[in-house]
Amino acid sequence: MDINLNDLLRRYRSHPFEDYFVETPHTGVVFFKVKEGQTVKGPGGEWLHRPGTLLYVIERERNVKRMTALWSGQISGIRLDIEGQFVEAGEPLFSIRHQLDKEEIIDRILTQVLYIFSAPQRARYFLTPEISARMEKQFKQGVSVELGEDVLIMSLMKRDTMISYEGVPGSLYKVYFNSGDMVEQGSPLLGICSPDKLQYVQKVIHRIRTEWEK
Amino acid sequence: MRIDQIHMADSGRLLSQLADRISYLIDIKGNSEYGNIGSLLGQIQRLRQSLFEIKESDLFEEIDRIEDRISFLEDRVAEKLSPAEIVNIVRSPQRFTLMDILENVYDSYTELGGEGECNIDPAIVVARATISRRVKNRLYSHQVMVIGHEKGQGEEYRNGGCARPWGNNKALKYMRVAETEGIPIHFYIFTPGSYPIEDYPGAAQQIARNLYVMAKLKVPMVSFISEGGSGGAEAIGASGLRLMGSRGYYSVISPEGAAAIEGKIREGEKLPRKLLEHCAAQLKITAEDNLRLGTIDRIIGEPPLGARRDDFPFFRRLRYEMLRATDELVLKTKNFRAFRAYALKRQAEEGKDVPEDFDLFIGWSLTDLERERLLEFRFKKYIELGKGYFIENKNILTQGIRKTKVFASKTYYDIRYGLLRPHHRNVQKVIEEVSGEGSVFLRKVTEPVRAAYDFVFPQPERPSKVIRSGEPERKSIFAEEWDPYVSPLANEDCTVTCPNAAKYGCLDLWVPDLYGEFCGVCPNCGHHFPLEYQWYLENLFDKNSVREFNAHIASCNPLGFQGYSARLQKDIKHTGRNSSIITFEAEVWGIRLVVAMLFSNFRGGTVGVAEGEKFVRACDVASTTRRPLLAYIHSTGGIRIHEGTLGVVQMPKCTFGVREYNDNGGLYIVVYDNNSYAGPVASFLGCSLYQFGIRSSRIGFAGPRVIRETTGQDVPTDYHSAKNALKRGHIQGIWDRREFKKNLYDALMTLGGPNLYYK
Repeated sequence: MDINLNDLLRRYRSHPFEDYFVETPHTGVVFFKVKEGQTVKGPGGEWLHRPGTLLYVIERERNVKRMTALWSGQISGIRLDIEGQFVEAGEPLFSIRHQLDKEEIIDRILTQVLYIFSAPQRARYFLTPEISARMEKQFKQGVSVELGEDVLIMSLMKRDTMISYEGVPGSLYKVYFNSGDMVEQGSPLLGICSPDKLQYVQKVIHRIRTEWEK
Repeated sequence: MRIDQIHMADSGRLLSQLADRISYLIDIKGNSEYGNIGSLLGQIQRLRQSLFEIKESDLFEEIDRIEDRISFLEDRVAEKLSPAEIVNIVRSPQRFTLMDILENVYDSYTELGGEGECNIDPAIVVARATISRRVKNRLYSHQVMVIGHEKGQGEEYRNGGCARPWGNNKALKYMRVAETEGIPIHFYIFTPGSYPIEDYPGAAQQIARNLYVMAKLKVPMVSFISEGGSGGAEAIGASGLRLMGSRGYYSVISPEGAAAIEGKIREGEKLPRKLLEHCAAQLKITAEDNLRLGTIDRIIGEPPLGARRDDFPFFRRLRYEMLRATDELVLKTKNFRAFRAYALKRQAEEGKDVPEDFDLFIGWSLTDLERERLLEFRFKKYIELGKGYFIENKNILTQGIRKTKVFASKTYYDIRYGLLRPHHRNVQKVIEEVSGEGSVFLRKVTEPVRAAYDFVFPQPERPSKVIRSGEPERKSIFAEEWDPYVSPLANEDCTVTCPNAAKYGCLDLWVPDLYGEFCGVCPNCGHHFPLEYQWYLENLFDKNSVREFNAHIASCNPLGFQGYSARLQKDIKHTGRNSSIITFEAEVWGIRLVVAMLFSNFRGGTVGVAEGEKFVRACDVASTTRRPLLAYIHSTGGIRIHEGTLGVVQMPKCTFGVREYNDNGGLYIVVYDNNSYAGPVASFLGCSLYQFGIRSSRIGFAGPRVIRETTGQDVPTDYHSAKNALKRGHIQGIWDRREFKKNLYDALMTLGGPNLYYK
C-alpha cells in the first residue's frame, strides 16, 4: 500500500491514455479499413451488442473476417506496409490509443490504492445488516471494518453463509456490487482504504472530479 | 341559432370549440400549412387574449368569419381524404375511445379486471354492460361482455391501446366468463398493434391462444374496428360479424412500418411523407377497401371527418348497429327465423336514419344446437376468407378430376376410419375382454396340467423380445439409410467462422465439411448454420415418400401493390414454386403424416392468401386421412404486407383450420427453424399444443428493431433464441438438426401413441 498518490496523479495527467495493441488472430491477407489518426468506437448498446468500428478485414481460405474495434480511441502506428499482404498470426497491426476519462482514472487509482476484497465464489452477495445500517448512518466519515468481522452474506442454493473480512483493517471506501447481484468468482466486492490514507484519497478523487476537463 | 345571437359569456367557449376544430384539421393534414390554418389559430389566440377589449358586435363578426372559413376548409378536406389522412383521423386525440362508447352506447357498465391505472393492463378494458332497445314503447335490456382497447384520453399508462400479452390474456379470461354465462361479446378494436414483448405469456403466443379459443367460443361475438393494427386487432377480432367505422383503418402493418420496409429506411432516419402516403394508399386500409376485399362485413357511417368524443348521433347509430349485428348472428342459428330476419333486413334498408324503436325483440340466449350452428357459421365464414384472391387452375376437367379424387379419398377414409375402424376397435375390445376372461378361466383349468408338464419336461428360460407395436427396427445410418443428398452449399472451397467463435473458441470450419458431414452444425459449440429447405425434404422423410399436393395454387397481387407482381414473378422463376408453402404427404420411418412447410426463399416465407389456403387445405387433408399434421417452419417473416388485410385474415382462417383439425382428434406438431416471427407465430403456429425449435432458431413476435422503435428499449441479442423461448414456455423442446428425424418419430409415437391416426 506504499503508493505515492502524487506520482500516480502526475503520471495520469501527463499520459491519460491506455494503448491497446491490435494483432492478427491468425494468418491471412490483411486489408485495413481505417486510417492513421482516425477515431474509432468500441462496442455499444446495453449488452455491448452493437459492434464497434470496422478496423480491418483478414482473409484466409476465402473466409473474409471483419474485425471490429473492441475499444474506443484513436488509431496510431498503422502498418500500411502490410496492406494486402499475407501475414502470420500475432502480427501487430496498429494500436488504439484510448483516452481515459475521469471515472476510468479514478477506478485505476482506486484499484491501486484500495485493498480489494474479492468474491470467494460465484454467488449472490449482500452486506450484513450491521454494515448496511452503519453505512447509512456514517458513510461520509467512513465505515471501519476489522479483521474477522462479518461483512458479507453469501447466498448460494438458498443457503446463507457469513463471510468474515480478511485483509487490511480500514474504512469501507467502495462497494462494487448491488445487493443481491450474482457476482463471479474473483470479481471485486469491497474496496477498503487504510485510515491514514482515507482523507488523502478522498481529496485526490475530489480534485480529479472537479479539476480535470474530461 | 346564429353565433351573433349567442350571449357574450359563450364567446370563450365558442372560441375554444373553434380552436379544437382547427387543431383537429391540423391533426388530419399533419401540418398547419394547409389553407393557412396556423394563422387562424393565431387569430383565435389573439381574440381570446383581448376578449373584453373588443366590441361585442365586432367580436361575433370575427368569430363568424373564422367559423365560415373553418367550415369551408373542413368541407374541402372531407372531399378528398387520403388513406394517410384517415390514419391521422384515427390517431387524433379528439377521436372517440372505448370509454366514450361505454358511456354513450351502453346503459350501464361495470369494469372488470381492474380500473384505470390499477389494472392488469390498462390498454385492455373489459366490462359487463347492459344495452337496451325499445320495442313498441317497452324497454328490453340485454347483458353483454364488452372487451376492447382503450387508447386513453391523454393517459400515458394506457400505452396508446397497445395491449401487452397479459392484457390479451385478460381478454381471453373474460371471453371464457362470457361463454360460461352465455352472454354475447362486443369487441372494440382501437389498437395500433400489440406491444411486442416476449415476456410470459408472450405477445405472439397469447394472440394465438386467443384466436384458438375464439374459433370455438359458444357465444355470439361482434367486433367494431376503429384502428385495426394487424395482430393486435386479431387478438380480439375473430368474431362472427366484423363492423368497421367509415373513418377507421384496418391494416396489416402501420403505414410507417410498411414505408420503412419498402423504402429500406434505416433506423432513426426520417420517413419521407410522400413514401408514407404512397404506402398507406397501397395497403388498402380504408373501410371501403376492406369491405370490397371481404375482410369486414359492414361499415358504420361516421361524419365526413370522423366521429369525435361528443358525437352523440354516431353513438346512437353504433348502439343500433351493435344490437342489429348481434340479432343477426343470433337469428342465423334459429330454426324459425324467416319473418324476423326479413324484418331486421327491412329495418336496415329503410333509410340511413337510426329508428327510435326496434320492430322486434330478439332474445340472445341460445340452445346447445343453436350454439353448434353458431360455430359452424363462424367456421365457414373464416375458412372462406380470401377465396378468389389466389390463382388456381380453373380448367373444368382438371378441377373435376381433383374434386373426384378428393371425394374418393374422403369416402375411402370415412369408411376405413369412420365406419370400419370403430367397429374393428369395438370388436377388438370385446375380443380382448373375452380372451382376458377366458385366459383367467383357462389358467385355472390348465395350470395344474402345465405345472405337471413343466416338472416332467423342464424348458430353459429365453429372454423375451420386447418390440413396440408399429415401430420398425432401427438401422445404422451407415448402411441402407445413407442418403446421398448433400447441400449445394458444400460445393464452395472456403472456410467460415462460427458466430460463437469469440465465446467458445470455435475454429474456422471448412465449408464442404460443415455442410456435408457436419449437417451445417459447428462441431465445437453446436451452432446450427442455416440450410436450404431441400435438405430437410431429402433427409427428414423416408426416401420417395414425399407426395406434394396443391402445388398449383399460386400467389397473386390482389391489392395491385406497386412492384409486387414483378417481385412475385422473380421468386416464382427463382424457386420454381408458386407460393412460400409446400404441402405434402410423407412418411417418417413408416409413419404417414401431412406436412406444411414454409420456406424462406419465396418472399421470406411470408404468408399471403395462397399460403393460407394451402395450409387450410393441408389441415383438411390431414383431417380426412386421419394423419398427424406437421408444420415445419424453415423460416417465416410474418404476414405478407403486400397482400394487406387479406394476409392478416389468414391468421384466424388458418387457426380455425387447425382448431377444427385438432377437435377432430388430430395431432398437430410445429417445428420452428431459422427465423419465425410475427403473424403466423401469433396464430396457426403459436396455437399448437406441441411446438419445438431446432437449435439456433429464433422465435418471436417482432424483431429487435420493431421492439426498439415501439418500446424504446433495446433487447439482448439472444432475446428471441430457442433457448429463451423454451424458458418462457413457448416451445416444448429444442431439437438438434442431426437428430430431427429421430426426435420427430419419437414425438409422433409419444404424443400420438396408439391414437396416432384416429383419435
